[in-house]
Amino acid sequence: MTGDASPVGRARRADPVRPTLLSVDGLDAHHGLLHAVRGVSLAIAEGDKLALVGANGAGKTTLLRTLAGAHPASRGTIRFDGVDVTALPAHRRVALGIALVPEGRRLFPDMTVAENLMVAGRHRRPGPWTLDSVLDAFPLLRPLRHRRCAALSGGEQQATAIGRALMTNPRLILLDEVSLGLAPLAVDAVYESLARLIATGATVVLVEQDLGRGLGIADRVVCLLEGRVVLEGAAAELTRERVTEAYFGLGR
Amino acid sequence: MIWASVVIQGVLLGAVYALFACGLSLMFGVMRIINLAHGDIAVIGSYLVWVVATRAHVSPFVALVAVLPVMLVVGYALHVALIGRSLRGGPLVPLLTTFGLAIVIQNALQQVFSPDVRSLGSAAGAIATASWRISDALAISWFGILVLAVAVLVLGGLDLFLRRTGLGREMRATAQDPDAAQLVGIDARAVYARATAIAVATAALAGAFLAIRSTFEPSSGPTQLIFAFEAVVIGGFGSLWGTLFGGIVLGIAQTIGGHIDPQYSILAGHLVFLVVLASPRGRQLAARSTAT
Repeated sequence: MTGDASPVGRARRADPVRPTLLSVDGLDAHHGLLHAVRGVSLAIAEGDKLALVGANGAGKTTLLRTLAGAHPASRGTIRFDGVDVTALPAHRRVALGIALVPEGRRLFPDMTVAENLMVAGRHRRPGPWTLDSVLDAFPLLRPLRHRRCAALSGGEQQATAIGRALMTNPRLILLDEVSLGLAPLAVDAVYESLARLIATGATVVLVEQDLGRGLGIADRVVCLLEGRVVLEGAAAELTRERVTEAYFGLGR
Repeated sequence: MIWASVVIQGVLLGAVYALFACGLSLMFGVMRIINLAHGDIAVIGSYLVWVVATRAHVSPFVALVAVLPVMLVVGYALHVALIGRSLRGGPLVPLLTTFGLAIVIQNALQQVFSPDVRSLGSAAGAIATASWRISDALAISWFGILVLAVAVLVLGGLDLFLRRTGLGREMRATAQDPDAAQLVGIDARAVYARATAIAVATAALAGAFLAIRSTFEPSSGPTQLIFAFEAVVIGGFGSLWGTLFGGIVLGIAQTIGGHIDPQYSILAGHLVFLVVLASPRGRQLAARSTAT
């Protein structure tokens, strides 16, 4: 029992109208001796678009991977739709509706685009996303669907990676550095499709190094510094300067 | 004509090696481990078929139909109990575990069945000895053709399974990136256990064919493991059609060597293996990283 009335204050300020989908309480995660995530508490309501910002090594990727079950939590709890998932392996969390688009895309390189999508669709929850609807949402993938993923450009690979996550019909999508290593034009294309995804009311947690991109798409911002939440608030209320300050740990 | 015969016998011998190598190749392709007990698991298959055939007084082929599903279950259990756990200890631990398993199996078989040399050849009836006589120098045995057909069916069928079915795609995805596979809902441990189950069943099939074709004893495993390993390396790690090709190349090398002088048979196979290892392709083997 981690009590929904726990006094973590500002970090748990979810919209009271919409039900809480994910609640994280006092989460710690380690990389060997490195204490990468320290006491993080968050609440994400259905339909939230949360941008997770922070400098290199702030623990953003580790936090996302811990939420997805790809990295073990060393302390704290993760509840998804009321169910304690802290001890569940990644594939069981996918079945509940958590999908991670991992950093570096991590496609299956020797499989085609269609195979990458279909393999993710094998254990899909019931929902709107099928091979056809994903190819409709990412029209650039349709002519490439029989191409090996290793032969795609970075932007095409990123579209495939997002489509692959959608194939599981997630209720919560965790996106890790979707613009990393992409040409500016490809970044625009990826964000265009993200904007369309977000317009459908999806619940999204987005890790982004590019502050402008992250703030542009999110309605809430959480800033991590050295594994801790140092700033949290509605995107509209936070100035770029305050986020930048928190980002670099200035004014502390 | 005599050389045609030598090559054809080599192809038929190679089919046995390819069947032995099939499971080794699959396990390496999916999990990146080399199962050093593979040959001994095949010999368990030989003994199980022998037990069922002699106790129930049925043909070894009928016995094989009963033994294969049992070996699928044994393979799955072996993975859950042993190989899966050792995989978590890093790449070296499965090697040591399966090496230990090989020793345990050999000694257990010795204890239960005595070190006597056995064969299922006579129990198999006419098919084990009959052949088509095409000319004075060339005869093709029915059993050899049967083994070749089964090898093509098993390796080709497995290749098709990996390419065309959902379970097969899961296996390839897990082989290429187990971490990412889990993130799209695949239970990597279950996929690994299925791969081991298939590998163990094909090993048992190869063991039964070996027992019908020639003889077996508790210590037959390591020799078969070496031939299987050579077939996998010659054919290129992780490719099933390559494994069939590698087995056949090894078989032909052995029969040609044996034709020149019986004592060169095994040596000729080893030499081909060494040539492949020393070739540029052999040096790339370590860098190969895909399942199919």
